[in-house]
Amino acid sequence: MVKLKINGQEQNWDGDPDLPLLWFIRDEIGLTGTKFGCGQALCGSCTVIIDKQAVRACITSVSDAAGREVTTIEGLHPTGDHPVQKAWRQVNVPQCGYCQAGQIMQAAALLADNPKPSHDQIREAMSGNICRCGCYQRIENAVHLASTGV
Amino acid sequence: MNILTNPKKLRGFEKHIKIENVSRRSILKTLGLAGGFVLAAPVMMRPSFAYETGAGKMPHGVVVDPRVFVSIAPDGMVTIIAHRSEMGTGVRTSLPLIVAEELEADWSRVHVQQAHGDEAKFGNQDTDGSRSTRHYLIPMRQIGASARTMLEQAAAKRWGVPAGEVKAANHEVVHSASGRKLGFGELAADAAKESVPSIEGLKLKNPKDFRYLGKGEISIVDLHDITTGAAHYGGDARLPGMKYAVIARPPVTGGKLVSFDGAEAMKVSGVEKVMEVKGWPWPSKFQPLGGVAVIARNTGAAIKGCNALKVTWDDGANAKYDSVAYRTELEEAARKPGLVVRKDGDAEAALKSADKVIIGEYYLPHFAHASMEPPVAVANVKGDKAEVWAPVQSPGGTREDVAKTLGIPEENVTVNVTLLGGGFGRKSKCDFALEAVLLSKELGVPVKVQWTREDDVRHDFLHTVSVERIEAGLDKNGKVIAWRHRSVAPSIASTFAAGTVHQAPFELGMGLIDNPFEIANLQCENPEAAAHTRIGWFRSVSNIPRAFAVQSMVAEIAHATNRDPKDMLLELIGSPRIVNLSSVKDPWNYGEPYDSYPIDTARLRKVVELVADKGGWGRSVPKGHGLGIAVHRSFVSYIATIIEVAVDDKGKLTVPRVDTAIDCGTYVNPERIQSQIEGAAIMGLSLAKYGEVTFKDGKVQQGNFDDYQVIRIDESPAVTNVYIVPPASPDTPPSGVGEPGVPPFAPALINAIFAATGKRLRAMPIGKQLEA
Repeated sequence: MVKLKINGQEQNWDGDPDLPLLWFIRDEIGLTGTKFGCGQALCGSCTVIIDKQAVRACITSVSDAAGREVTTIEGLHPTGDHPVQKAWRQVNVPQCGYCQAGQIMQAAALLADNPKPSHDQIREAMSGNICRCGCYQRIENAVHLASTGV
Repeated sequence: MNILTNPKKLRGFEKHIKIENVSRRSILKTLGLAGGFVLAAPVMMRPSFAYETGAGKMPHGVVVDPRVFVSIAPDGMVTIIAHRSEMGTGVRTSLPLIVAEELEADWSRVHVQQAHGDEAKFGNQDTDGSRSTRHYLIPMRQIGASARTMLEQAAAKRWGVPAGEVKAANHEVVHSASGRKLGFGELAADAAKESVPSIEGLKLKNPKDFRYLGKGEISIVDLHDITTGAAHYGGDARLPGMKYAVIARPPVTGGKLVSFDGAEAMKVSGVEKVMEVKGWPWPSKFQPLGGVAVIARNTGAAIKGCNALKVTWDDGANAKYDSVAYRTELEEAARKPGLVVRKDGDAEAALKSADKVIIGEYYLPHFAHASMEPPVAVANVKGDKAEVWAPVQSPGGTREDVAKTLGIPEENVTVNVTLLGGGFGRKSKCDFALEAVLLSKELGVPVKVQWTREDDVRHDFLHTVSVERIEAGLDKNGKVIAWRHRSVAPSIASTFAAGTVHQAPFELGMGLIDNPFEIANLQCENPEAAAHTRIGWFRSVSNIPRAFAVQSMVAEIAHATNRDPKDMLLELIGSPRIVNLSSVKDPWNYGEPYDSYPIDTARLRKVVELVADKGGWGRSVPKGHGLGIAVHRSFVSYIATIIEVAVDDKGKLTVPRVDTAIDCGTYVNPERIQSQIEGAAIMGLSLAKYGEVTFKDGKVQQGNFDDYQVIRIDESPAVTNVYIVPPASPDTPPSGVGEPGVPPFAPALINAIFAATGKRLRAMPIGKQLEA
């Protein structure tokens, strides 16, 4: 039995301990905000925060998260008003929106670690998150905006 | 023999698919079969409008009925139906916004509801071909105006005053003479009893009074949900008792299952069943490819189980498909005469008499769509009823195909359209939804089918692969007197009709036969090419290779004659005029009437001149930098791009700046036009730099974002500037936005690389070509 916390709630899993956290979150718990994009930690769509670190839930097993605090997009802020979320809306970042939960979680982890990232630091930190619609210019602007106060 | 010359094959083709991006009716008409096509809904274009569109020719045409699209609750909340699919263009916001504008609704009291698939009710729902605004600006205005008129009539009756004395404004109807007011909610029940006014008599708003249209101040309706994880995509439907399926499909297109051993898969914790999925023979249209499904309690277990399957396949007729050999085949075909599809003057003779002939041969490989959301669908089949939740661009077509596949009436099928996590044409094909339906039927429980990224890249309906060969003949003054363009590529029609070797009119009409240049001797040819994999629509479709070849060639001629590339481009476009396509048998023109949407070289010139001005064409750039320019008309819009590149001494390419000018006629939401063009630059750069799917022994050699790379933020252009040409008048027909941004990108980039390095690249992707 694996015990972990997701968005502050205790969760138990007695199935395959190697099950990727992504599928535990989506299919077993039913939190569908975290998305599947590649399954190989190549695109960042499934990014969640574990103990302040942005991680790819598609290659993190449930047992890797045992005893730890997992935050998904649903748990980032109670009313969806984290500075990154607000900045995202102000800049009208999304097109299709599918990758955005992962982008926002990555950006939130970046700003928690480095509140005033430079242009290059933003680009580097966000480079693991693919957006096929191509919202990059706005993502960069939104992260910058969130770092300077929305 | 292709579908256009063999009616028998065409009937099969026609029967089984919804062929978007092409007017089915016009193909049928050519063959005298128009009686077989039913326009289920009346086409109601207001005759006094300055233009007509091809909307009425789409399957099921247009429905202009406020009772279908608008409802008003007693509390005043207005619900407007979005009948097209949202995949990132903003259409789920812009079409309802048009209705709200004419309705005089307050946008903050409007709720947008997604239509399920039902074309008899809503009209055509195929969200493709950059058509939504272009086909629905007028109908949506009419719907809003009709509903407004009904509210005004109801208020006038209530007050006993002539209808002409009342006026709707900002969610209420006002009788200014007496100062009386009634909210939309208070009038809703009475308004519903009013007869729907005739389209002809409708009074539409004067565009100068628009509150929303053309302003770009309204964010997309899903913005908040997207940022909080509450927005629902294809994989987000959850039903009680739902099972999760992942499928192993034949690795070679047209292959089939011989046998499988699911013993190891069954040992995986969470796996519940291993079973065959029915497949259709090649060419399989939009039907599933078949294979072996692993059914599990969650997707992770299904993927793990699928990886443990032992399967024997019969690879079938395409087992030898090899991209290296195929490229040679295409090149050889391009060097010989082919089917002549446009002939102005005598290019053959003019090339012979030319002082100088410049030849360019350009290669573009297959691309995979790779939308961030891989194909996924949920189905619940119970007896003779089916319900589907899926991210589909063709809800109506999906409903038809589900009904046909299950052998049940269409009215027993409900297709719930979720948000699409990107589409780009892939999700116009509903094979993934059909897989879910087949499995749910057999298992008797709801089933979700999830494609992995590898499934997506390896079993896509790929963008075609092509060789474009252009020969330009110059006289002794350097003037181009002859132009012969041979385009060789397997056709999308091959996915529906065996033996197809020529491009269909809707492909020829994308940058080949619609060449706008003022050259007396111009010939276009289409030599034969057979397909060995599923070919499908990819954002911008054949415009990508055509614009690449034509716009590269312009810069090549400029270089050979020591001219400025922009000046050369304007010279070739020639005088401001309407291009005469009388030598073309079927100009297609994106399904639009040529009267409303001609090729207008004045507009083409204008976007070139605008981008040159705003983008600083000719400005001096640092060493190792270069500027390139390209222009292209596609989806009846005009668009020009200037790109600045930097190439360092190791061949590393960066893009400091992109400038794009677009003329898309009358527009609804300039903010979303800007985002589409910004995105097109990223997609254009992805295709140019990395885009390539290759085959060996019939199998796709790529699988995920490590070997099928796309642009990431750290290599995206530093800035993309977008300039939108204001419409000449409120009656200027709207034209496409979703796709036109992509085609000019690659040639502008390649021309910039030439300016920076002197290296002329003629094959995509760039890959390591600059490192040599």
